[in-house]
Amino acid sequence: MPHQDQAAVRNQRIGPKGRSACPEALSEIRQLLGDAARRPDLLIEHLHRIQDRHGYLAAAQLVALAEEMGLSPAEVYEVASFYHHFHLLKDDQDPPPELTLRVCDSISCSLAGAESLIANLKSALGEGVRLQRVPCVGRCDQAPVTVVGNNPIGPATATGVQAQIRNRAVAPVLPEYPDYDAYRAAGGYQLLRRIQQQRIQTDDPGATAAEQVIQTLEESGLRGLGGAGFATARKWRILRSQPSPRLMAVNIDEGEPGTFKDRHFLEQDPHRFLEGVLIAASVVGIAEVYIYLRDEYAGIRAMLEQELTALRTDPPCPLPPVHLRRGAGSYVCGEESAMIESIEGKRGMPRLRPPYVAELGLFGRPTLVHNMETLYWIRDLVEWGPCWFKDQGRHGRQGLRAFSVSGRIRLPGVHLAPAGITLRELVEEFCGGMLEGHQLYGYLPGGASGGILPASLADVPLDFDTLQPYGCFLGSAAIIVLSQQDSAREAALNAMRFFARESCGRCTPCRVGTVKAVQLMEQPNWNRALMEELSEVMADASICGLGQAAPNPMRCVLSYFPQEVGHGIPS
Amino acid sequence: MASHPDSPPRAIRFTLDGETIDASPGESILQAAQRYGREIPHLCYQEGLRADGNCRACVVEIEGERTLSPACCRFPADGMVVDSAGERPRRAQKMVLELLRTDMPESQSSRDNELDHWSASLGLPKPRFPARRPPAADHSHPAITVRLEACIQCTRCLRACREIQVNQVIGNAGRGAKTRIVFDLDDPLGESSCVACGECVQACPTGALVSTRGQEEEAERQVDSVCPYCGVGCQLTYHLRDNRILFVTGRDGPANNSRLCVKGRYGFDYVHHRQRLKTPLIRRKDAPKRAALEPDPADPFRDFRPASWEEALGLAADGLRRIRNQQGPSALAGFGSAKGSNEEAYLFQKLIRTGFGCNNVDHCTRLCHASSVVALLEMIGSAAVSNQVADVHAAEVIMVIGSNTTENHPVAATFLKNAVNEGKTLIVMDPRRTQIANHATHFLQFRPDTDVALLNAIMQAVIELNLVDRDFIANRTTGYPELERHLQPFTPEAMSAVCGVDAATIREVARLYAASPASIIFWGMGVSQHVHGTDNARALISLALMTGQIGRPGTGLHPLRGQNNVQGASDVGLIPMVLPDYQPVDDPKARSRFEALWGQKLDPVPGLTVVEIMHAVTDGHIQGMYIMGENPAMSDPDLNHTRKALASLDHLVVQDIFMTETAYYADVILPASAFPEKTGSFTNTDRRVQLGRKALDPPGEARQDLDIIQQLARRMGLDWHYRQASDVFAEMRQTMPSIRGITWERLEQTGSVTYPCHNPGDPGQSILFTEAFPTPSGRAKFTPSPFINADELPDDDYPWVLITGRQLEHWHTGAMTRRSRVLDHIEPLPVAMLHPDELARIGIRPGEPVRIGSRRGEVTAYARADPGLQRGQVFLPFCYREAAANLLTNAALDPAAKIPEFKFCAVMVEPGALDLG
Repeated sequence: MPHQDQAAVRNQRIGPKGRSACPEALSEIRQLLGDAARRPDLLIEHLHRIQDRHGYLAAAQLVALAEEMGLSPAEVYEVASFYHHFHLLKDDQDPPPELTLRVCDSISCSLAGAESLIANLKSALGEGVRLQRVPCVGRCDQAPVTVVGNNPIGPATATGVQAQIRNRAVAPVLPEYPDYDAYRAAGGYQLLRRIQQQRIQTDDPGATAAEQVIQTLEESGLRGLGGAGFATARKWRILRSQPSPRLMAVNIDEGEPGTFKDRHFLEQDPHRFLEGVLIAASVVGIAEVYIYLRDEYAGIRAMLEQELTALRTDPPCPLPPVHLRRGAGSYVCGEESAMIESIEGKRGMPRLRPPYVAELGLFGRPTLVHNMETLYWIRDLVEWGPCWFKDQGRHGRQGLRAFSVSGRIRLPGVHLAPAGITLRELVEEFCGGMLEGHQLYGYLPGGASGGILPASLADVPLDFDTLQPYGCFLGSAAIIVLSQQDSAREAALNAMRFFARESCGRCTPCRVGTVKAVQLMEQPNWNRALMEELSEVMADASICGLGQAAPNPMRCVLSYFPQEVGHGIPS
Repeated sequence: MASHPDSPPRAIRFTLDGETIDASPGESILQAAQRYGREIPHLCYQEGLRADGNCRACVVEIEGERTLSPACCRFPADGMVVDSAGERPRRAQKMVLELLRTDMPESQSSRDNELDHWSASLGLPKPRFPARRPPAADHSHPAITVRLEACIQCTRCLRACREIQVNQVIGNAGRGAKTRIVFDLDDPLGESSCVACGECVQACPTGALVSTRGQEEEAERQVDSVCPYCGVGCQLTYHLRDNRILFVTGRDGPANNSRLCVKGRYGFDYVHHRQRLKTPLIRRKDAPKRAALEPDPADPFRDFRPASWEEALGLAADGLRRIRNQQGPSALAGFGSAKGSNEEAYLFQKLIRTGFGCNNVDHCTRLCHASSVVALLEMIGSAAVSNQVADVHAAEVIMVIGSNTTENHPVAATFLKNAVNEGKTLIVMDPRRTQIANHATHFLQFRPDTDVALLNAIMQAVIELNLVDRDFIANRTTGYPELERHLQPFTPEAMSAVCGVDAATIREVARLYAASPASIIFWGMGVSQHVHGTDNARALISLALMTGQIGRPGTGLHPLRGQNNVQGASDVGLIPMVLPDYQPVDDPKARSRFEALWGQKLDPVPGLTVVEIMHAVTDGHIQGMYIMGENPAMSDPDLNHTRKALASLDHLVVQDIFMTETAYYADVILPASAFPEKTGSFTNTDRRVQLGRKALDPPGEARQDLDIIQQLARRMGLDWHYRQASDVFAEMRQTMPSIRGITWERLEQTGSVTYPCHNPGDPGQSILFTEAFPTPSGRAKFTPSPFINADELPDDDYPWVLITGRQLEHWHTGAMTRRSRVLDHIEPLPVAMLHPDELARIGIRPGEPVRIGSRRGEVTAYARADPGLQRGQVFLPFCYREAAANLLTNAALDPAAKIPEFKFCAVMVEPGALDLG
């Protein structure tokens, strides 16, 4: 034992307990934040400013930011450490290389050779670049995909990527699209104006404009296109009965592996979406709109910032405040309540329900939450009438669905097809058939979470509610087609690893269950009884859809592909 | 159908496991089930914490719902059918427990692991999943060990830290399987901003956060008591084995809701310290008293020899008797203690008044809130707080001035912080920015010494804003016109230049305070310890009166009391000018009542106060003293003078548990009992009378203080026969109308009763002055406060301002806390806080020694950078003997309250050279 006083001297603190903000970091943070508000809901936005400037978040910066925002260091750290896109630097760590190369290793990109691409890139990358495996970046039609800085490349080859790195081509390339002036010149925002001025003509001229819009949506049968499929008109009616102020949150956190339809439609016609947003806001009586965009869509962010500025500068009619908020790399933030938490500047952890977000949502207010695509169709539905939409459909189903199709087909991409179409029809009629040398083996109908079906079930109509009897769901209609060269077990394991990494960590069945499931699935012979027991509890007792749906691919392998995991062929 | 006796009136009727039961509104399924004695496993739910529903161990099946729901977060609805024990919910409950148990370590660090409890009660077999790689343990903190291998991510610790204590140290970082509990930026606990309140340890269900000591053995018994430190009055439980305290837990008392701070939870082991006095000591003939304090660390008892109780008590009493008989009663004085019980304080003052025959009895209240007491008595006729701390929940605006609440009243501060989280307005005014300011909606960092300027300007702003409460002033007060005239020159603009707070902020604060439906004021010694301390307090009282912010829930005046029993000691007359219940000694009627009861004539002349007594000792008027539990050789201002005075005493009897600095000057030292070694009542800052219960036997020959006082009294000629504390309390009730309704039995049963409580059935008045003030007219009286400066202003030779005070870990003069392992480990050495820029300016790096000198003395301490200090200020805690802050302080007194100016004197600061190691 050292002498007590010597021990004491070592223990002597030289400042307040814990870390103190150093003046240099504080002045840098103040300069970076400028006159931006210091409200806690802007924490993620402010973290982005630091990350964008330095490529990392150093401890001194986090402490200074905490002080500047009136938060505790722990409150800042727990948020920063939740999101993949923030690189936290410990006191004794070196800054990361200047450039980050992200390589998607989700299912579609894996099928397209992501692993060998990663191996090739790893051996060839020089100084100043680091390679990160990332989950789906929403470009599965161009698999395999890499992102150099903010510049997506697909299909990517090692040499192509290296050329871009050499050229420091790190900025996103904006797509060609009709801008604000072009959209207005073609009659855009006329409908919004008419609705605001109570001048629309439908079958029920006596009703208010708002009521007429809702009736149209009702007749069209439009349902939420984020995956849950809640009837849009009903949602609007519920919100209209809630006390003011009401808020709106738009979900463009398109993160379900295999899904890229939102990006597709935004790149095609951003104002059609924005007009849908404003119509919804007008009809429902929304005080402020928050658009939550995944950080991976840097090009779309630049585009939306530009177009929102144009819209605000020369508004077609009075507009509510529209805030564009930036995700930071988190799949679970696509869950509506997790997205709300994230917009509030917190960790993206789904909330328990009840209460429902329609009653108690963003900032404790009743909140209308919509997937981007749902809003994209509003203008067309009102202008062209409900029948245009409703009369489409096959096999007894109604409406149109935008399928994001990737995998072993000739024409991957977003295909607008009748609801209820079968996988076989979709592949033959819209996707140009299977790739040369590939025969249909199975398919994931709803991204990583919707399960896996065998080729023998390729004639089931694809729509909301049609796949439940098979332990699957269509969700965001992200179809990944597998061939005889692929393994359902590998796809399921890829999905489960993804869920384990993307689980918010809040509830036990998901946080621990996904990790244990991965460990069980890594065994050559699967423990069916234990897996089924675990699956049931994950589905039953998880807080949100992530944990509830996570066992779907594993269960489907046990049901439809048992021969891959040491069990007999199903009868 | 089962009917439950406690069923609420507006019941919600639902079915649980086939049985119809009733829930009250706001009650969760889990709570309703618990009330009916049904066990549903749960881990992340703990009573008192916000339900989070994350562990999913309590999932139940609700008829008609797709998935299972956590019983802790779902509320029953009429007709709801809930299944908590059927196959489906049970399978999920078991799987959740199994998943969590899979990753638990083999060896347990806690004696009651809730996960094990539920696993056993559901009959779980060994987990079937592969385990994770366990995270490493963190042993960096002296009090708390972090074993995240046993963590189940239930976030009870986080909610305890963030939402209960509002310390915001614990975070929930990472995600997925990497989700983990962190401190600050994932720092080792010992290097984090943790204040070691231990709320997280108390909340942890699995021993992932665990007290480092006290877990090795199983406790044999528990004793419910209260905390011996500050005036908040937290209730706690001692967990004991073999006459030793193993550990302490918070108990659900009205002032603490099971919360404790680092002192209450980890500062108990001083009682077992090897330096406890265990035998009476008598000064050796060959060891004359010297003024300089030069203890020999190797032989602290160098100047003393052990003695029998008989000899020591005889010698102690002989000396006092001799002086009384030869020089007269006024040549004697006594200092009692605010750390002792009401019964001890009562007997002590009774001994001075009847045995010594004078009123020269005082205690440390003189050094903390004397000025507040004088102002309150003068203006509203009562010195106690008008509203309790818990009343912040009824307030809209909370004003805190001159109080480092988070360090000095840590648990009270948690309720203030809770109120802020509920959306209340918190206005903090202090020359020093301390932790509580971080929670404030408004922080006014005014210049030291300008309290009156600031407060008068706020009042003038209230007048300008036309927010005075005319009805209240007309019906409840006198003297308002004089106040209004007096305030005219104190415009916010004019005072802004004086106090350094801009006029707009002064107006905003005035508006917020005056216009809110309920505003409450808390103040500490930043207000009281000035030569204008009484004026400071008067200004606060005037502010409350002119706005009518008193006499209702959520309003009023609350001077936060320092010591655990400073309220009670004052109440029972341990002050020179009043008898028990503030009955003036110079009031013949009051005096005659006591003379009748005590059976002898009493001195009609008010006695001298603490600092006056020391002056009288220096002057030779006072020659003998009896000091029980006080440490004036550390706590009085201008210590060189005090110590010289103590050394010059003809006869000094010191009764204490340690060889305090004061005891070095004693002729006789009587070894006394520590707080957990005796039973007695203690009155907290809220006027709550609470029971401290004996948990241990005193060490060696040390004796109960009540017994020692009584033995001395008998030797002074008093025929006393109190067998126990309850006998003394019974006598107190006869003399003190305010506690007449509180019986000892009631204290034993409830543990806490608020006074005034006039009749046995009386619940006690938590809010005072609802109808009238206890003044002869029933009205409060305004007293204007002039603006005057401190006694000693900075000049060229002494250009800095010294502020003294306390630290979270150390109590008063450090006698107890510096002998507590954890507290001493966290704050082991004397420190001086200065602004980092000032340190840089004078060329001192943080951690280096800094020499601070005043006209009266000098000390050297380690410099600590504290951006909360203003430029030109030094803060020095007064608990360090080796750098005693009171060597520097000025003994100038507030003329009305005789409180010294601890919060302001002029000093010089320069790099120090001493090796303090």
